[in-house]
Amino acid sequence: MRITGVRVVATTVLAALTLAMGACADDSGSDAGAGSGTETANTSGTIKEGLKVAFLPKQVNNPYFDTSDNKGGKVAVEEFKGTFSQTGPSEASPSAQVSYINTLSQQQTDVIVVSANDKDAICGALTEAKTAGAKIVTYDSDTKPECRDVFVNQATADGIAKSQIKLISDAVGADGGEIAILSATANATNQNAWIEMMKTELAKPEYSKLKLVDTVYGDDKDEKSFQEAQGLLAKHPNLKGIISPTTVGVAAAARYLSGSSYKGKVQLTGLGTPNQMRAFVKDGTVKAFALWNPADLGYLAAYAGAALASGIITGKEGDSFKAGKLGDYKVGANGEVVLGDPYTFDTSNIDQFDF
Amino acid sequence: MAVETPVREPASPPRPTARGLLGSWDLLVLVALVLVVIVGTLTIDGVGNPRFYRFVVLEAIPIALIALPMTLIVITGEIDLSVASTVGLTCSVMGQLWQSGLTSLPALIAISLLLGAVLGAVNGVFVTVFGLPSLAVTIGTLALYRGLAYVVLGDRAVADYPARWTRDMIAPIPGTVIPWFVLVVAVLAVLFGVLLHATPIGRGLYAIGNNAEASAYSGIAVMRTKFWLFVATGVVSALAGVFWTFRFASARADNADGLELSVVAAVLLGGVSIFGGRGGLLGVVAAVALLGTLRNALQLADVPANALTIVTGTLLIASVVGPNVVRMARGRLRRRPPEERTQP
Repeated sequence: MRITGVRVVATTVLAALTLAMGACADDSGSDAGAGSGTETANTSGTIKEGLKVAFLPKQVNNPYFDTSDNKGGKVAVEEFKGTFSQTGPSEASPSAQVSYINTLSQQQTDVIVVSANDKDAICGALTEAKTAGAKIVTYDSDTKPECRDVFVNQATADGIAKSQIKLISDAVGADGGEIAILSATANATNQNAWIEMMKTELAKPEYSKLKLVDTVYGDDKDEKSFQEAQGLLAKHPNLKGIISPTTVGVAAAARYLSGSSYKGKVQLTGLGTPNQMRAFVKDGTVKAFALWNPADLGYLAAYAGAALASGIITGKEGDSFKAGKLGDYKVGANGEVVLGDPYTFDTSNIDQFDF
Repeated sequence: MAVETPVREPASPPRPTARGLLGSWDLLVLVALVLVVIVGTLTIDGVGNPRFYRFVVLEAIPIALIALPMTLIVITGEIDLSVASTVGLTCSVMGQLWQSGLTSLPALIAISLLLGAVLGAVNGVFVTVFGLPSLAVTIGTLALYRGLAYVVLGDRAVADYPARWTRDMIAPIPGTVIPWFVLVVAVLAVLFGVLLHATPIGRGLYAIGNNAEASAYSGIAVMRTKFWLFVATGVVSALAGVFWTFRFASARADNADGLELSVVAAVLLGGVSIFGGRGGLLGVVAAVALLGTLRNALQLADVPANALTIVTGTLLIASVVGPNVVRMARGRLRRRPPEERTQP
């Protein structure tokens, strides 16, 4: 009895192996063919029909990415008559994303639009997908430049700084006064770059009445940000405005202000999401705040990918392409395409967004 | 009469033993694997492609590695949930060492494996010397080791390893598309397989899982065995960490977060009883392959991530309930014949 069992197992294993080997031998030729042939120059500037464009966000079931992918990317892909899909892991981990990149490259996807969970960890998989013939566009969060063709950047540090200072200046009014910044962590690279740019911006004559008196750090934790906002007002009785260029910080500060006597007297702006900020915009705590429009980001990324796959652009500096309703875009240094200035949300438009 | 005797003799002695039953579960998992491969190849575009198996193997290697010692631990009735955190901490320490200027690959690997041994030994000491339940201890070290990983690396990622190291780690065996590292897994699988199925130590592990007290009285060094199993798990998890770091070219504190669940799922689906004393390595290896193939095939068929989690969860529950149902059913069938025989 037992010997037969072993034999059956052995036979099954052998059968499975043979099958796998057979499969290995079968296809090795067809792979190489897929990559070539797509590199023909396209001078007419028209996007090919029937492109397979897949969006791979940091994770699925995330309202931000559902907006960028389904309300932006999908619209664009339908405009140029391609096939849209959104796929991805349920948790935002690099290793899970690698598995999905591998799947997309096996599915012979023409364009992979990905927001990287790790700028290095998904590089190998992206390179393999490129070799298999896919064009790679990163959006929202970039990889190392050599691993993708184009990065669609939602906003530049300069653009963010300018919009933040403009918003707080408008909110505080012509008389100006003391302002403070509630940041994330003290060593967050992007936050510090923005803060430096804001200081440069504040030095301009039109903002001479605004005085930056303090920068505090809420560590992107709700409770700490809340307490830091509270601390700012206790420490600076003449404070007129707070800028919090982080979604966690601005929401926490808004919650504190809306429940305090400072509501409406101390102005607040920052980078936030409409769903977190809706109540505070409606109750008058916050007049306006900024972020990019994720739908536009996805829309532009889809067009950039299609332009790559159609041979209109190769991703080198100076290439230009038309992105449907958003108009013409140019590829900048390092293969970056910048979406534009941050988008301002206020009572007039906040209800059009759900993320 | 003369014809009846030879028929009867082989029929009565081979009573189905626990091992025989588990053999059939191993077989079931293997059959399921073959079915998934066949059905997948026929119905899902791309499953027949060699690259598909390359990706499946790359994904399965860390799980397969850790599942080997985990099988032995679960057979003794214990569990180690800190394995993924051990991977994370190893990645972080190795990354930090590399960044601080230690550039010798053998030294990095040796230190990592040593660290794994220490982390495993900590688990082992708590379980054997202090006699605490391994479930509680390793939930504790799951949090502790992950926390330490964040202390070492914070939210940084170390990624500037030489391209040659990262490329070599996932290089295929010449002439195939299958990564060479699978051979390391195979060698370890054979080692652990021989240890478990062909040595007195292995028989001792089953005995411990069935009745630790009785095993101790019959001369098995229960505590010492368990201690070394935890050390082995630590070392192998660290090896998985080394693979992870170079495979993804990125050492981060959150590397392999949640991997312990995939490992335990594979071990249980492979037919190892969560109560100890039952199971084998063949089933576990087949289960790792089954879960990996199924997952990737469904992904290729555009099954969304949420549905994938449901499939894995259902398989896991089936694997815990399944063998018990089979055992109960067989138990009943086994009891009946003797009753019939005694009546006439």
